[in-house]
Amino acid sequence: MEKKAVRVAYGEALVKLGESNEKVVVLDADLASATMTNAFKKAYPNRFYDCGIAEANMVDMAAGISTMGLIPFCSTFAVFAGRNYDQIRNGVCYPKFNVKFGFSHAGITLGEDGGSHQAIEDLALMRVLPNMTVLVPSDANECYQCVEAAAKIDGPVYIRTARLATPVYDPRPFTLGKGTVIKDGKDLVIFTCGIMLEHTLDAVDVLAQKGVDAALVSFHTLKPFDEELARTYAAKCKNVFTVEEHSVIGGLGDAVASAVIGKGVEKFKKIGINDVFGQSGKPADLLLEYGLTGPQIAENILGSL
Amino acid sequence: MDLQALKNHAREVRKDIIIMTSKAGAGHPGGSLSCTDALVALYFEVMNVSPEKEKDPNRDRFVLSKGHAAPALYGTLCERGYFGKEEFDKFRQLHGILQGHPDIKKCPGVDASTGSLGQGISIAVGMALGAKHTGNPCHVYTVIGDGESQEGLVWEASMAAAHYKLDNLTVILDHNGLQIDGSNDEVMSLGDIKAKALAFGYDVIEVDDGNDMEKVVTALKAPACPGKPRYILLNTLKGKGVSFMEGQVGWHGKAPNAEQAAEALKELEG
Repeated sequence: MEKKAVRVAYGEALVKLGESNEKVVVLDADLASATMTNAFKKAYPNRFYDCGIAEANMVDMAAGISTMGLIPFCSTFAVFAGRNYDQIRNGVCYPKFNVKFGFSHAGITLGEDGGSHQAIEDLALMRVLPNMTVLVPSDANECYQCVEAAAKIDGPVYIRTARLATPVYDPRPFTLGKGTVIKDGKDLVIFTCGIMLEHTLDAVDVLAQKGVDAALVSFHTLKPFDEELARTYAAKCKNVFTVEEHSVIGGLGDAVASAVIGKGVEKFKKIGINDVFGQSGKPADLLLEYGLTGPQIAENILGSL
Repeated sequence: MDLQALKNHAREVRKDIIIMTSKAGAGHPGGSLSCTDALVALYFEVMNVSPEKEKDPNRDRFVLSKGHAAPALYGTLCERGYFGKEEFDKFRQLHGILQGHPDIKKCPGVDASTGSLGQGISIAVGMALGAKHTGNPCHVYTVIGDGESQEGLVWEASMAAAHYKLDNLTVILDHNGLQIDGSNDEVMSLGDIKAKALAFGYDVIEVDDGNDMEKVVTALKAPACPGKPRYILLNTLKGKGVSFMEGQVGWHGKAPNAEQAAEALKELEG
């Protein structure tokens, strides 16, 4: 199967968007070759602004740029969502300025750079901000759709992308704010987001071999969250599991929990990073270390039933 | 320039600051009074703005980076006709348009929501860059504080302003020398702020008395220096115009009570 990093798709999507929309400008903080905005820089040098290693200033500059009718996309590492949080909160979300954030290298699959750079809290930070839309594409094709959708929203949008090359699935119908049923099932449901789609698909296969029919639902939009779909599957399957490459606090798991609480759920478990920081290592080794490979997820689920 | 008219507007705005903060029992009179002359000069003499063209894309922009001086901005906007004085009753109150700090979503004439120090200048830099990008002829003005200049973001923004040669940007420093916990030198010395501004690539104009209307207007109207952002260092007096507040750090974030307000208004009315 073809593999492509979601961040690469982000860079390609910006170039495509820039072709049809002259209002799109891109800002980066000396990481264009990592966030992949260098593709846009090459295609439209006059619409690319490097802000230097000053992420906070990048965000407020984007806020100011947006007031001139432009649509700025800011990019840096997801871990810096904490560094420029005040600017995202007060400079952009509070006045509801039309600024987009494409933050890459999220989660532990960032790999070798280690815990200092592995964002496991960005979704929690972004979900809690009023006016913010939060998108977590699961593969390259969904990333193209997310970038296109983000440009159509009049207001701030956070798009979380990953460094690691991951499988590219056939394009699926995309509706902002709606979850996607990847596989129907009756014994339990797994809710996931982002690049954990690959590993939850593996988990579903392992569960099937054990005679367990699991449903799998992926959410590219964490906010506004498709609570209705979450409730429908929770009511149908009773056993609910969430899987994300993020802290189990404040991310997808909590979005699902808020939606399904009191809806007759028998088992509920959040699988993710258990309130610890990451560390250096190869992405595959890290997934294993933190229990996020398909077989481990399946085992975790079976042990909970 | 009708200097007397400008001075009259400034006096009215100072009275508004006292009325507003006194009624609310809260707010920041000291740093509002110190930048009043600059705001009046901008809105009545320098900037291409008016309530009639509040949404005109080509209007000049103003960002009050030291957002806690909101009473000075509200007084000026009211005096300029953006809203009526009845709004002062709801300053800092539930459902009021005059929030504790300027809110673009609620208050007519406000170009950016500010209050988190350091952010306004950075937003102003973005506006100026965006204006250059789109060919918008507007000029962007921002008033920053001296205490605010302790924020790293002020200098990140300044570096970017010089890098992108934003000669459509004017940064105005309200240098009254005092902040919440004491003088700048006691809290965190700014060192040679003029040398710093020069070193960051600004074209700098220093005004020895930043509360002298004529000098302020002259500085604000000085022709732009091509390829360089402008920095106007206004040496001001905190609490200017109300003698018991002048130079007193205690009036940074404290509202006058009814008796003090009456005394202040009497003095301002002369």
